[in-house]
Amino acid sequence: MIAIVDYGMGNLRSVTNAFARLGASIVVTREKRVIEEARAIVLPGVGAFGKCMENLRGFDLLDVLREQTSKGKPYLGICLGLQMLFESSEEAPGVEGLGLVKGCVKRFKNDVKVPHMGWNQVEQCAAPQIFKGISQGEYFYFVHSFYAAPAEDVIASRTDYGSPFASSIERGNIFACQFHPEKSQKVGLRLLQNFVNLCA
Amino acid sequence: MLTKRIIPCLDVMEGRVVKGMNFVNLVDAGDPVVNAKAYEKQLADELCFLDITASHEQRRTILNVIEGVAREVFMPLTAGGGIRGLQDIRDVLLAGADKVTINTAAIERPEIVREASDMFGSQCICIAIDAKRSGSGFEVYTYGGRKPTGVEAIGWAKKVEELGAGEILLTSMDRDGTKIGYDIPLTRAISEAVNIPVIASGGVGTLEHLYEGLVDGKADAVLAASIFHYREFTVMEAKEYLRGRGVAVRL
Repeated sequence: MIAIVDYGMGNLRSVTNAFARLGASIVVTREKRVIEEARAIVLPGVGAFGKCMENLRGFDLLDVLREQTSKGKPYLGICLGLQMLFESSEEAPGVEGLGLVKGCVKRFKNDVKVPHMGWNQVEQCAAPQIFKGISQGEYFYFVHSFYAAPAEDVIASRTDYGSPFASSIERGNIFACQFHPEKSQKVGLRLLQNFVNLCA
Repeated sequence: MLTKRIIPCLDVMEGRVVKGMNFVNLVDAGDPVVNAKAYEKQLADELCFLDITASHEQRRTILNVIEGVAREVFMPLTAGGGIRGLQDIRDVLLAGADKVTINTAAIERPEIVREASDMFGSQCICIAIDAKRSGSGFEVYTYGGRKPTGVEAIGWAKKVEELGAGEILLTSMDRDGTKIGYDIPLTRAISEAVNIPVIASGGVGTLEHLYEGLVDGKADAVLAASIFHYREFTVMEAKEYLRGRGVAVRL
């Protein structure tokens, strides 16, 4: 069972639809016990950093997320689910992130249109398992105004928007992407399938 | 690099696609899911569903359409038409849409743009601007192009950006349905005035028009209905043409 964490930020339907299409066994939950028992965790994310962290705290999910990922449970973060892994964000000064990865989240400068919206290329850094069967430079769908700037060696892929940024990160059992695999047609489903396979 | 988006627009009435049902070999040509899948196969970058249902009672049907499509195709979906308030936005997003377009409600109460972007995030609030030439400028129209508002379009675009809109869907009413090309000066003026993505709409008849909208008009995306509906061109053909002319597209 893969736990898709519902922390009250609205739409999880696209993510659940995608996993359902792959035939994965999923549960949408905000219960600690269910997250503890699940074999993997997916943290989708839509909305603002501050509000998302506030909700995770409000539902008392911070500790269980930290504990379970530190224990080695596979974790997939999508969009804000990537950003929240970091220590802080320019979107919400003073608000602490999960702090599982060192670094902060920054806003794109105004030399490009913000949000970064549309299909852009993902240049894989090494050959992370999660990209198995996916070509170098493949297009994924992005929609975001902030991006992560890791302060440790975790970058799994880069994407160019004005300048290159970390479009996905990987460290052991933790994988997170700034793009939306659930909206990236066939190639996105392939990435999610890779995640499902990794947690089997 | 970030590619330019090609967005087919589907008019939906009472749960059915009502324009352009000429996809060959489709068992049910008015079925939104069947149409959406066909466009996904052609590598459309997003899909836009415009609800043209006249009566309020039947508005629920657009939600069923979005739900059905979101289960079957995994790409960005936008829904618009008749969005009046925050509850309408919530309903459409929960059904599986990624973005909503709002026109009339935003003109009548601009604060809804800020409320909606605070609540749901800027990225899902797309403001539709229907603009018509008026003297030396452009005037915004509401109620599906029936009502002049006296609001100047370029200033309005800047205003909605300031209020938190994440994108602008710009339709030239002078060009809509003419097939003589986008209103390039209008598109360019809006695109240069704001720092959020702009989708050009209204007037496409040829593939060259798409090129002009993206390059001369500086739009980030182009929306088209009839050239795709009536199979004059597939999305794939449009992209191959654009790539041949040096425009970055996803193929």
